[in-house]
Amino acid sequence: MDLLEFAKGPALQVAAYILVAGSIWRLVGILLLKEKPDFSEPRQSGGLLAALKVIYTRSFTASPFKRATLYPKMMAYVMHLGLFAVVFLFVPHIMFFEGFLGFEWPGLPNSVIFFLGVAAVVSGIALLVRRITNPVLRLISNFDDYFSWFVTLFPIVTGLLISVRMGFRYETLLAIHILSVALLMIWLPFGKLGHTFLVFVTRGTTGMVFERRGAKT
Amino acid sequence: MTTVDGRHEIDREAERLAYKPPEIRHDKQGDMPDDQRINQAMHHFVKNFNTQTASYLDGCLHCGMCADACHFHVRTDDPRYTPIWKIELFKRTYKRQVGPFAFFYRLLGLKRHVTIEDLEEWQHLLYDSCTVCGRCSLVCPMGIDIAGLVSMARHGMFKAGLIPHELHEVAKTSAETGSPLGISADKFEERVEWMADEHDVDIPMDVEQADVLAVMSSIEINKYPQSIAATAKILNASGESWTFRKDGFEATNFGMLSGNPDWQKAASMKLIDAAIKIGAKTLVLPECGHAYMALRWMGANMLGKPLPFKVMHISEYMADALNTGKIKVKKLNKSVTYHDPCQVSRRGGATQAARDVIKHLGVDFREMEYGGDYNWCCGGGGGVVTIKRADPLRHRVFKLKMDQVEKTEADELLSSCANCRQSFDDSQAHFSWDYTMGSLMETVAENLEGGTS
Repeated sequence: MDLLEFAKGPALQVAAYILVAGSIWRLVGILLLKEKPDFSEPRQSGGLLAALKVIYTRSFTASPFKRATLYPKMMAYVMHLGLFAVVFLFVPHIMFFEGFLGFEWPGLPNSVIFFLGVAAVVSGIALLVRRITNPVLRLISNFDDYFSWFVTLFPIVTGLLISVRMGFRYETLLAIHILSVALLMIWLPFGKLGHTFLVFVTRGTTGMVFERRGAKT
Repeated sequence: MTTVDGRHEIDREAERLAYKPPEIRHDKQGDMPDDQRINQAMHHFVKNFNTQTASYLDGCLHCGMCADACHFHVRTDDPRYTPIWKIELFKRTYKRQVGPFAFFYRLLGLKRHVTIEDLEEWQHLLYDSCTVCGRCSLVCPMGIDIAGLVSMARHGMFKAGLIPHELHEVAKTSAETGSPLGISADKFEERVEWMADEHDVDIPMDVEQADVLAVMSSIEINKYPQSIAATAKILNASGESWTFRKDGFEATNFGMLSGNPDWQKAASMKLIDAAIKIGAKTLVLPECGHAYMALRWMGANMLGKPLPFKVMHISEYMADALNTGKIKVKKLNKSVTYHDPCQVSRRGGATQAARDVIKHLGVDFREMEYGGDYNWCCGGGGGVVTIKRADPLRHRVFKLKMDQVEKTEADELLSSCANCRQSFDDSQAHFSWDYTMGSLMETVAENLEGGTS
């Protein structure tokens, strides 16, 4: 078994198991904690609709905070959207997903994906520079922040290297790329990257609690 | 040549030449060994954990945006005042003890134990520099209610005997006497009689059956007793069957502010029991922000079932009475701006009530820039105004509020919280500021038209 076969086979498979099992474990560990009933008389209805509302509305910044958070928010948006496009709208990736999902969807031209990938890396670097130089971020950051940054950016960089065919042979680059994706999948459930799914829980619970009060969400 | 002795660091963020004050005082109550304090702090923090709090502690992205929403950070640029950092110790404990991967964290030693020195340092961050105003909760991209977590962390700090002495003393007095200022039921009755005479208004006391139970805060009873008469005038004009009760008159809840759920419950139950005893349909809370949070949103949970009566802040009561025509007010020819008490508006959901009242007063209403739900806190909420050692920081923070008010160029500043009022009065004196915070309720009471309609 060469490196590429290992990456495509057991590495990716084990990573997928860890991704699924770890995510379920983390979610269940949180969702199964006891929840005390709230007996206060609601001002307005809460429930699932309130949760959905805040899951959506918190994607945008409230006016008073726009100026102060404009730069990191913009960078974060570029990085997230770039990452999304690279993972799900790059034609070879769609073909890979089709292999086990059984259906496909339209992708974006390779040149656009390349541009978005570069944009994601550049914004990621900008966010890292900010994390290192901003006194608040320097204080509150820990290993998870830096490692999560690395495992997120690494697959994009290795993917971009494949398309420019720089350095190694194609097969070696592809193997490294797949292994970097496996690393991302393995780490995702454990650290801050868990926000991929936790964002729905945190925003949702805030929506349910504060919407029923009629308070600002 | 003169040299500086180096004991005190220069404060480069201050507006004028200043040296940083000496190390902050670390208060300890009782004589518990340090290990026990740590255990108590952590045990009582995680005791009431639920999905909401766990997801909050697990979901933080360390983006630091909450710092931009916190008045303490904005005014000092001190990164320690970043709201999420204020619960760092508890976040660490959660991950080590309770979180889904606690086993790994412990096994691999990834999160170090909290020390007594850590807790002592965090006393300043959890009490002196957080008013639980919840502005940070609105900027968080994950929607984490950081203010709620600070309140939970205070539970741990209280049980560990690690809270500021002033706040502990006030909370203890409240638990022992029923009032944070030690105002007895007889003293309250005396004040009520005095106000009834002074303002020539009927004030019912200890009526056995009434539709409305009205309560006051000790700050009002002691410092702004005219509030008692104002409450009476409004309820009389509404034609309510109402009463004050000596067995349930104190609305403030220092059990909640200090972090002692037992004292919080005892204080709430006094009011709940009194309201049930007289068969009240409504309990009207005074101009007090945290009293609203304690009873309107937490009261039923103290009782363990829905309250058999409605709980209203006085601003909500007045809005309702004005909107339905139960009371009428004269139109005022002046411009007014309004300071929203955080626990009533942003966190309590009653933002519109005060605006309805102001509309009936017919004034030129000048909303502050980013007023309402995004209002800057007065700096004295969450018990901070009680902590003397926090005064310099609180005054520094108040500058934001001053700028917000001054920009409106309004003739008058009104609000609906006696705790904010106390904080405004103190800061006004400190800065020799032109604005005096007036009470919305007193303004309505002074301008009532013709009584019952």
